[in-house]
Amino acid sequence: MNIKNTLTHAAEKKPDSGVQFSRVNKVKWLSFPYILWSAGFILIPLVLVLYYGLTDNNNSFTLSNIALITDPINLKALLLALELSIVSTVICLILAYPLAMIMNNSKMQSNSFTVLIIILPMWMNFLLRTIAWQNILEKTGILNTVLKFFHLPTLNIINTPAAIILGMVYNFLPFMVLPIYNVLIKIDKDVIAAARDLGANGTQTFLKIILPLSLPGVISGITMVFVPSLTTFVISTILGGSKIVLIGNVIEQQFRLGNWHTGSGLSLVLMIFILISMALISKYDKESEGGNLW
Amino acid sequence: MVKRFLSRAYIGIILLFLYAPILILIVLSFNASKSRAKWGGFTLHWYQQLFRNEDIMSALYTTLIIAFTSALIATILGTAAAIAINSMKKTPRLIMLGITNIPMLNADIVTGISLMLVFVAVNYTLGFTSVLLSHITFNIPYVILSVMPKLKQLNPHTFEAAQDLGASPLYAFYKVILPDIFPGVLSGFFLSFTMSLDDFVITYFTKGPEVNTLSTKIYTEVRKGIKPEIYALSTLMFLTVLLLLIFINRRNAGKNAPIRKL
Amino acid sequence: MMTDIKLINLVNITKSFGETVVLDELNLYIRENEFLTLLGPSGCGKTTTLRIIGGFESPDKGQVIFEGKDITKLPPNERQLNTVFQKYALFNHMTISENIAFGLKIKKKSKAYINDKIKYALKLVNLEGYENRMPNSLSGGQQQRIAIARAIVNEPKVLLLDEPLGALDLKLRQDMQYELIRLKNELGITFIYVTHDQEEALTMSDTIVVMNQGYIQQVGSPEDIYNEPKNAFVADFIGDSNIIPSIMVEDKLVNILGANFPCVDTGFGRNKPVDVVIRPEDIDLVKPEDGIITGRVTSLLFKGVHYEMEVTANGREWLVHSTDLFPVGSEVGISVDPYDIQIMNKPESEDEEAVEISE
Repeated sequence: MNIKNTLTHAAEKKPDSGVQFSRVNKVKWLSFPYILWSAGFILIPLVLVLYYGLTDNNNSFTLSNIALITDPINLKALLLALELSIVSTVICLILAYPLAMIMNNSKMQSNSFTVLIIILPMWMNFLLRTIAWQNILEKTGILNTVLKFFHLPTLNIINTPAAIILGMVYNFLPFMVLPIYNVLIKIDKDVIAAARDLGANGTQTFLKIILPLSLPGVISGITMVFVPSLTTFVISTILGGSKIVLIGNVIEQQFRLGNWHTGSGLSLVLMIFILISMALISKYDKESEGGNLW
Repeated sequence: MVKRFLSRAYIGIILLFLYAPILILIVLSFNASKSRAKWGGFTLHWYQQLFRNEDIMSALYTTLIIAFTSALIATILGTAAAIAINSMKKTPRLIMLGITNIPMLNADIVTGISLMLVFVAVNYTLGFTSVLLSHITFNIPYVILSVMPKLKQLNPHTFEAAQDLGASPLYAFYKVILPDIFPGVLSGFFLSFTMSLDDFVITYFTKGPEVNTLSTKIYTEVRKGIKPEIYALSTLMFLTVLLLLIFINRRNAGKNAPIRKL
Repeated sequence: MMTDIKLINLVNITKSFGETVVLDELNLYIRENEFLTLLGPSGCGKTTTLRIIGGFESPDKGQVIFEGKDITKLPPNERQLNTVFQKYALFNHMTISENIAFGLKIKKKSKAYINDKIKYALKLVNLEGYENRMPNSLSGGQQQRIAIARAIVNEPKVLLLDEPLGALDLKLRQDMQYELIRLKNELGITFIYVTHDQEEALTMSDTIVVMNQGYIQQVGSPEDIYNEPKNAFVADFIGDSNIIPSIMVEDKLVNILGANFPCVDTGFGRNKPVDVVIRPEDIDLVKPEDGIITGRVTSLLFKGVHYEMEVTANGREWLVHSTDLFPVGSEVGISVDPYDIQIMNKPESEDEEAVEISE
């Protein structure tokens, strides 16, 4: 008997998607309010940013708003923002991956409890939590008091880029932990057992199996930390004092001063980086359709 | 054993990192001194003051109303959209999900600016409604992404079976689909509520001069110093949520406890 | 063929999860080139036994001896055996050839050697040309073959298979049973196979180990297990059967529901309560006057090769398989060949007691 043949015939057909309300095509109408909404409040607004960014006060086309990014002050703000956001993304990744692994391995608590403990701080206003870091980092703050008590040299972090990085890591760490954790819990325990069975030791199993399988979560996490870090103006305002200016601060200032065209032009530059991140995420996140984010 | 100890120590350090600022804020709410830099002794004064401070109370009121209303509307629109998107063919589905991802992945500052430009373009005065509409906009994606996984788990035939047994589509939806996806709907609502409560940037750009939420109120005070009443208020809000979660957790734990042999 | 050399020896293995004792003082040996099947209902401890041999669980007490060496504490990656997992556990981020090469690359084999092995293994499982496909693009049956290929290229002395056919449909499962037997003969290694499907066990095994609630109920060849179940649990679990509490009147005579049936068993003593097992196909339906007892047919089902009938006789339903048809309501005589009556001692401990099997 030709076994191959029977195999192909018996291959399970994967259903295209979950619920198919086949006879009730009316269901599609349910999306109409949302389609209208997303056109009006997601797409058109972005088109407007594009329009303002590419025109001047007389509504004629210009590239000068975008060109303003080469202005030394703006360029410096962009480069500093890039530097700080990359550093904080890397730190978040280094802190979050082991944490997600530990959370995944601890069978004691339920999933939702573990996740809650990470999200819970969001219920304290994030501006206030960032302000509280002033208390910790100040010259006579809690950190230095503790250091003095142990006769260690004191640190002068407040109003430096380091304080901003700390603020970014603090605020966005959960966004790195959760996507990685969500991917890790989905890895079949038997797949890990199979790697061990085939001779891989702990390190090899991690490098060849766990790490590659968790990559979609890592990519989600990187995007979720990098984009808000790159574009923040609040954290730099609170922890950076007035001397450190990030690209977010520049854009916010332009809008506060009413220079919408300039602000939009600089936003467009910023969006290039955001688009790159989005492209990355959609490349790795095809199967879960965004489910890795939360 | 060593590995286990290290794991626990690591979790402990991260939790300290995440919760230290919260502890500080709670301590500050009991600080008799108006300056956050020094400890002036224990007091409940700010808690009494809090309810007399009309500025803060009105900001709280606005914040809660916007969080609740935007979460509710986003939940209705988002659940309907999720059901429709789920029944779409692959290409339109991917397009819709792509659009849904935009407010989640885009920078808050760009979302805020873009929404402001729209309101200005149609000559709509920035105020309470513009903030509400903006919050609904960034909340819908959270609802859709919470409901979608539940829809995928649904047995595709239950809806048809209900109709086969004589239920109208609407009745079948309420009796068959909704109960199954309800956990997703609920978590979408609470996620939206939380996001709305915690938002600053988008509110900042779309609020106009007349309206303040707690976030924007706090931001205006960053330079001149935060009023201690704010610490008291956030402490109360945080503890409320904490107690609520502990209560829910306890109840669930009780439900899931193994039945012991008598 | 199977030899008499004991390859693996499980000594006093005890394992509990929390308060549940999964295995209690289990002793078992597995011979070289044996096809041994651990058979039992879910929760009987068969998978745990396999995972202890594979090194994925460590026993609370007892030893795993492999070729005379104690390997109880050895991690899975240092054991000379490989596992085929229930849901295949393929590495979905690797191609088929990367999956198969995984173990060989870790052992730092040469490229040429690995390529040869991949070709050989894919040929062995009838999936030539699938090298560059991804696991997700394969059907369940094909994925299962890859999982087997991935394990055998490492030339293990023992292949552990954890319900490998459980996720496949009936037809495919039957084809794969022949495939597995062929594979085992070609490879000449030991297979330890876990299943809850008694038919699978009877078809493929040299030896069947019937387990229930952490205890071994019976070890034997498929014929032994089927024809001479040691207790009511085994009889009930393996195939359909009539299990009837009876009295052993004397040697070679048993009283079943008030009627004396001649049998061939001796040594049970006089007037001793026993359980009698009679397979449905061993009951002969005859004219009422020719039967030892008489009864009435109460239901009739056509099953393809035979008819399945229920006959009420002496206050009990008898399950009968026969190629002759007796319509519902007809009166029939029941007669059983003495060789087809299997006498079993009543269970002594609670653990051996027959447990209702619900599927």
